[in-house]
Amino acid sequence: MLGFFSKPRIRGGVHAEEHKMLTASQAIVNNFPLPKKLYIPLQQHVGKPAEPLIRVGDEVLKGQLLAYSQGMISAPVHAPSSGIILDVNDYPAPHPSALPIRMIVLETDGKDEWINAPGIDDPFRLSPEDISLRVGAAGIVGLGGATFPTAVKLNMGRENRIDTLIINGAECEPYLSCDDRQMQERSEQIIDGVRLMLHGMEADHAVVAIEDNKPQAYLAMQAAAKPYPQIKVIQIPTRYPMGWDRQLIRYVTGREVPVGCRSSEVGVTIHNVGTAYATHKAIRQGRPLVSRVITVSGGAVGRPMNVEVPLGTLISELFDFCQVNAEQTARIVMGGPMMGDSLPHTGVPTVKATSGILALTAAELKSTDEQPCIRCASCVSVCPAGLRPLDMANNIRVNQLDAAVDIGLKDCISCGCCSYICPSNIPLVQYFKYASGEVAARQQAQHKSEQTKRLMDARNARLERIAQQQREEEQARIAAKLERERLKAEQEATV
Amino acid sequence: MYVFYAIVSLTGLGLLLGLLLGIAGKYLKVESSPIVDELESMLPGSQCGQCGFPGCRPAAEALAEGKAPATICPPGGSMLAEQIAALLGLDLDLSEVKEPELLVARVSEATCTGCTRCFKVCPTDAIVGAPKQIHAVVADACIGCKKCVDVCPTECLQMHPIEVTLRNWRWNKPTVTSNALC
Amino acid sequence: MMIHSKPSSGAHVGANKSVSRIMWEVMLALSPATVFGLWCFGWPALFLFIITVASAVLFEAFCIRLKGRAAKPVLMDGSAVLTGWLLAMTLPPWAPWWIGVVGSGLAIILGKQVYGGLGQNLFNPAMLARVALLISFPIEMTTWANVSPLFFSASPGFAESWHITFSGLDFSGLDKPDAYTGATTLGYIKTEFSQNHVLTDILNDYSSVLNFIGWTRGSLGETSTLLLALGGVWLIRQKIIQWQIPVALLLTVTILASVFHLLDSEHYVSPFLHLNSGAMMCVAFFIATDYVTSPNTATGQLVFGAGCGLLIFVIRTWGAYPEGAGFAVLLMNSATPLIDHYIRPRIYGRDRKGKPLEIPKL
Repeated sequence: MLGFFSKPRIRGGVHAEEHKMLTASQAIVNNFPLPKKLYIPLQQHVGKPAEPLIRVGDEVLKGQLLAYSQGMISAPVHAPSSGIILDVNDYPAPHPSALPIRMIVLETDGKDEWINAPGIDDPFRLSPEDISLRVGAAGIVGLGGATFPTAVKLNMGRENRIDTLIINGAECEPYLSCDDRQMQERSEQIIDGVRLMLHGMEADHAVVAIEDNKPQAYLAMQAAAKPYPQIKVIQIPTRYPMGWDRQLIRYVTGREVPVGCRSSEVGVTIHNVGTAYATHKAIRQGRPLVSRVITVSGGAVGRPMNVEVPLGTLISELFDFCQVNAEQTARIVMGGPMMGDSLPHTGVPTVKATSGILALTAAELKSTDEQPCIRCASCVSVCPAGLRPLDMANNIRVNQLDAAVDIGLKDCISCGCCSYICPSNIPLVQYFKYASGEVAARQQAQHKSEQTKRLMDARNARLERIAQQQREEEQARIAAKLERERLKAEQEATV
Repeated sequence: MYVFYAIVSLTGLGLLLGLLLGIAGKYLKVESSPIVDELESMLPGSQCGQCGFPGCRPAAEALAEGKAPATICPPGGSMLAEQIAALLGLDLDLSEVKEPELLVARVSEATCTGCTRCFKVCPTDAIVGAPKQIHAVVADACIGCKKCVDVCPTECLQMHPIEVTLRNWRWNKPTVTSNALC
Repeated sequence: MMIHSKPSSGAHVGANKSVSRIMWEVMLALSPATVFGLWCFGWPALFLFIITVASAVLFEAFCIRLKGRAAKPVLMDGSAVLTGWLLAMTLPPWAPWWIGVVGSGLAIILGKQVYGGLGQNLFNPAMLARVALLISFPIEMTTWANVSPLFFSASPGFAESWHITFSGLDFSGLDKPDAYTGATTLGYIKTEFSQNHVLTDILNDYSSVLNFIGWTRGSLGETSTLLLALGGVWLIRQKIIQWQIPVALLLTVTILASVFHLLDSEHYVSPFLHLNSGAMMCVAFFIATDYVTSPNTATGQLVFGAGCGLLIFVIRTWGAYPEGAGFAVLLMNSATPLIDHYIRPRIYGRDRKGKPLEIPKL
């Protein structure tokens, strides 16, 4: 309890220019025109991709199961609208490379007809396991961007007997305001979702943490939580990356999650406000996760807004609706400007992880004019994980990846604070992402070379065995021949 | 006189220590240097012969004797060269090293006659098949040694670059502009 | 819509502080004290200042051309100007022109470029140059002009000033050459101590107010405690420098000086005089806080600052050089890699040694 009174020091972090008012002041837009085609990736979550159970040509209703979850950590995918399945094939993924992944293409029929799925009137009579099952079946994943299957998290919370559920309403990334708007407009549904999650995890109390730059969301959530003493709504300082789960856990509970552990092991589980809303919809109304609120913002956007779109909507259609100026757009960013990645084009769909799409002008972007490091150590003081980005980047630059790993490469959370603050415009985070990928590739290469050696040894042993066998057979043949000749000679002698 | 003492004592000390070192060098000599084993374990072990030595063991011996540069192994690329240089404490010039193009063999089903020659030469048993059956390459086990391509009578075995997918896509190393070089 | 660009990761937006902007802001913080110093010491100081800064820029350009690269973009980062500026601030205001040129050459070539340029040097270039000059040219480096402000009738005019700067310590053009020079406060105290005088006698006509403003003999831009401290505080407010080094440095000197002054007030000068004289403020806010040569972590910076303070006190009190701040900073510069090696931030979820934390018992 000490954590509530003596506020732990917030480590590192930056005060980034917010740019939230572009979108935070207007209500969520609900009249997005239904796209003609939806491109629904089979993998929109951490874990194994879902396995399709429809065929090309099938007619489906909105909310109908299209692909079922495979394995322990996975999530199913549902039809975001009613229509006909056109194709199941590879299409460009919402990823900085835009390489193809498997998607279901759905041609909408314009009726947007829901499948008949009853909700539960009194879900608190359901068993906690049943809540998890329903949340899992609705395809709900962490909507803050991590996309970890929510049902798995509920189960882990229950198994680890967690005492605190933290609802992450920090939304610390600049530009994004989808959580802010949802908390203002859907506070009662979110609080209901929180109660359902508490029930599903058999946890005692929840803390909704909202950055103090969203006073209206705070008031709305506080009002909605008033009847429920087990849910506490608190304000937290505005400082990126306050929404990093581990930072938030330490600030709210005073506990630090050890490296290599899940937060549930220290008695805390953290969920996003959007996930709580999706949970409410899934349990109360039987509605699976088929749409989400997305912030479309940035200097090149004519009508910046928060808009609820069906999953699988192409970003190009979203941009048309929001009147994005193509000439002014210098970079398309998926997610927030701190942690998001660039997209090479807009022909990729929105997915469960898409919290925002930004069309940034050249003036908004950080300069790429790289200068030598002056060892100002700003990156050290802003790093929330306690790393030394300048030393890591220097090691990576001269390909000493092992040295970079030794001083904490694997503890980097790619939050972008160091890149943001660097006066020399060094792309620090990209160095770390490159190095992490390279380390993984080297491990795979190592693994493959060991496997190669094993295979070759096996082959040599087999060839040796065969040769040995042939020699033995040969010797046996010679021995038999000699024996025959000896017997023959004996016979002749006796005769 | 002091100068004389100084010269004598220092010379004596030098001779004595030199003698000690000589004795130590003779008695503590390591016969088979373990570094060769370590080097061999680092090399790919596919005995491909691209380095000009008959196999990985002779190459490792040459490296240990200083008769071969750290960049000796083409399939290992710059990554292996770095590891070897670090182990042997060599200076490294990576400008000449070409990153190995990762290739895998693939069977063209239209022209495969099921002659079984390829899977007899495959050093890692990466080709599966039976006489008169179309063969197939297990891509994960293929090391790109091209031995099968040489023996295939119908040229149905070809090397193809490994396809980049979301599973093996990696971030590029940022390029450093000249301004940033202090 | 196609965007033809390489994949780029966050952060896509950035703080509005470039290297050159940082350098220019530091210069802005230095300018009140500099302008005051230039005014106090007249034309010769201005000549020396211009020569020092200009030759620093020329040496930098020369080194960059030697590397076969275009000089202009590198010069635009302002680091060479700042190095020259800082060096000029620490020179005796009436030093001959070649002191400025040799000093800039030492600072840029030996202090910075031989290490590989910006961000690579071990020692603070300006301090390295100053100390090298002090050892090599002790007379020129310890001849201190009296305050003789511009446009005062008693001050040397333009032509006389030209002679002072370009003829090298030849003040014969002036009416009464000796009336123009003397010792700094710290130097004076040192000399008097060696003649067994005690402080109450020595400091008869010492005015702490004049020293605080900067109306006293001393280096070109280091005399004004007030203006330097104001510039330094502004830099901290602008988040260009961290508070750790100046605070630790000044606090250490204050504590040590207080203790010794209380023990024997006739032989150890008071902490006020320490803080109020010589290069103390300049070193605390502008020299010791140099990014390249100071530690990276807040704790390391505290250690570094305290070390500088300790050495300054020791050198001033017992050493041969009364103005020993430069030596102190260089010694601590050489300890910076060691401090950075041993004082590292604790990684989240790990203990100080880098092992994962234990799961807390609930």
